[in-house]
Amino acid sequence: MERKRSWAKKLLYVVLITYALITLVPFVWALSSSFKTFAEISSGVMSFIPREFTFENYKQIFIEEELFFRWLSNSVAIAGGGTALNLLFNSMAGYALARISFPGKRVWFMLILAVIMIPVQVTMIPNYLILKELGWLNSYQGMIVPAMINATFIFMMRQFFINFPKELEEAASLDGLGRFGMFLKVVLPLAKPALAAQAIFVFMGFWNDFMRPLIIMTDADMYTLTVGLNSFKGQYVTYWNYIMAASMVFTLPVLVIYMFFNKFFMKGLSFTADK
Amino acid sequence: MERAEAGSYSKANSKKKRNYTRLLRNIIQGYGFMLPTILVLLVFILGPVLYAVFLSFFDVTLLGSTVLDYTGVDNYLRIMDDSRAKRALLNTALYVGIVVPVQTFLALFLASTLNAGLKGEKIFRIIYFLPTLTSSAVLTLIFMWMYNQNGLINNVLDKLNMPTYNWIGDPNIALYSIMIMNIWATAPLFMVIYLAALQGVPKNLYEAAELDGANVLQRFWHITVPQLRPITSFVVIMGLIGTFQLFDQSYIFSGGSGGPSNSTLTVVLLIYQYAFKSLGTMGYATAIAFMLALIILIASILQRVLSKEEQFN
Repeated sequence: MERKRSWAKKLLYVVLITYALITLVPFVWALSSSFKTFAEISSGVMSFIPREFTFENYKQIFIEEELFFRWLSNSVAIAGGGTALNLLFNSMAGYALARISFPGKRVWFMLILAVIMIPVQVTMIPNYLILKELGWLNSYQGMIVPAMINATFIFMMRQFFINFPKELEEAASLDGLGRFGMFLKVVLPLAKPALAAQAIFVFMGFWNDFMRPLIIMTDADMYTLTVGLNSFKGQYVTYWNYIMAASMVFTLPVLVIYMFFNKFFMKGLSFTADK
Repeated sequence: MERAEAGSYSKANSKKKRNYTRLLRNIIQGYGFMLPTILVLLVFILGPVLYAVFLSFFDVTLLGSTVLDYTGVDNYLRIMDDSRAKRALLNTALYVGIVVPVQTFLALFLASTLNAGLKGEKIFRIIYFLPTLTSSAVLTLIFMWMYNQNGLINNVLDKLNMPTYNWIGDPNIALYSIMIMNIWATAPLFMVIYLAALQGVPKNLYEAAELDGANVLQRFWHITVPQLRPITSFVVIMGLIGTFQLFDQSYIFSGGSGGPSNSTLTVVLLIYQYAFKSLGTMGYATAIAFMLALIILIASILQRVLSKEEQFN
């Protein structure tokens, strides 16, 4: 029995390690390609360690390719601004739905739940026309405002605030804080774990989005990095060393955020699954 | 007597007044807190849904200003005669039909393996999660580089004396190349969801089964699978919604065309092309979008009904 068990354990390890390799190889290959010269890339020799280690590719995209830095800034501004607004507005709505009794509350709550089910393709075309009317195509607000709330996370914040101790608010209202002041100074700081989980997912949603910027941003100046990378592909065709270097720069911020917020990440995910 | 009545009347009156001011305060506060949400909901979600219904009955031409031309249900009828729409629907159905079952099973399999209480579970979990964190655009580019005619994958296949393929350029292969990539990219996300759920399966169920002489496979099939049924239902529905909406990968793979010879054309890519890349077909694109929304809705309902029936049997 014991021998059988250790045998099974080894088999499990083999499975896990094999799959880990399957997951890692594309990333390692991309990383190593980003440090190779064009000559090595096109030579057809397969090696995970660059023969001639070079930073030229990174230099090329940051210095020669003026737009790359611009795209990176666009992505940072849109993802950063969008995430900040989402955190504030989703919490405000979630708080109102959990704590304030006002007429029409049920209707708004049902609407928010229903909206989760609508696929983006349905609203994408009318939204384009609306943004065009507003003159918001090729602008940050065109990307941020329509996505500055998120029904799923409003629902999550509501669930969070429903279990929030009432006494804290009562104590705060004795201190003479208005409702909004109390919300900002007392309630929000205590909601940090829920906010962190939400922040990661909202940030990733903006950062990795491809379709919306593809539709809204038509000036090369206003591209986000995802759309910019795609246009790189058309521009450099066989220069995969540049494309891989750009891809690595783009992936790094999310990896850093993940390392810092790993704990909250799991929390946010298990919430999405509990729904 | 009279005095008392008057007193209670004014008391009731002031109570009413208090209630009234409280109600007013709650309305102001409630709608104040909800204001940004309500605005976005009306202007960018609910309004557009109604607007989309309207547009789907028109020919829409964008020439500086928007020109509308009423055509009734023509846009909906047109879908049936459109060979590209048929092709897109078939491609999408094939993609959904293969990717959803494979990624769900792979996720469940990996989660139960990871959950066996081995050392280093945390490291594996972090590694497995890398694709979920990476944007679809980057993943597609990395895979296109590996799928290259004389790229890494063909090289490895060649060394192993296996057939090599033109992963991107062969119309019989291209869609499968995207499938492989997306199963690889999505399974880990669902694995983590399964993993969280597996923590909630009572350990004594497994112990009892082991005493009864059930082997690993039997335990997996008779305990793990039924215990996780609600999660599987969630994973399948999320998978359906995600796969029906395939766009980024097809777009980048084919440079926006859906080629080679329409082999990677998906419904959403078709909607995009009709809406933004050809003139006068924006209304038609909206009609296709509604058809897609309906298909997703029916698929989700069907999945839910089927999994319920299975539970009762």
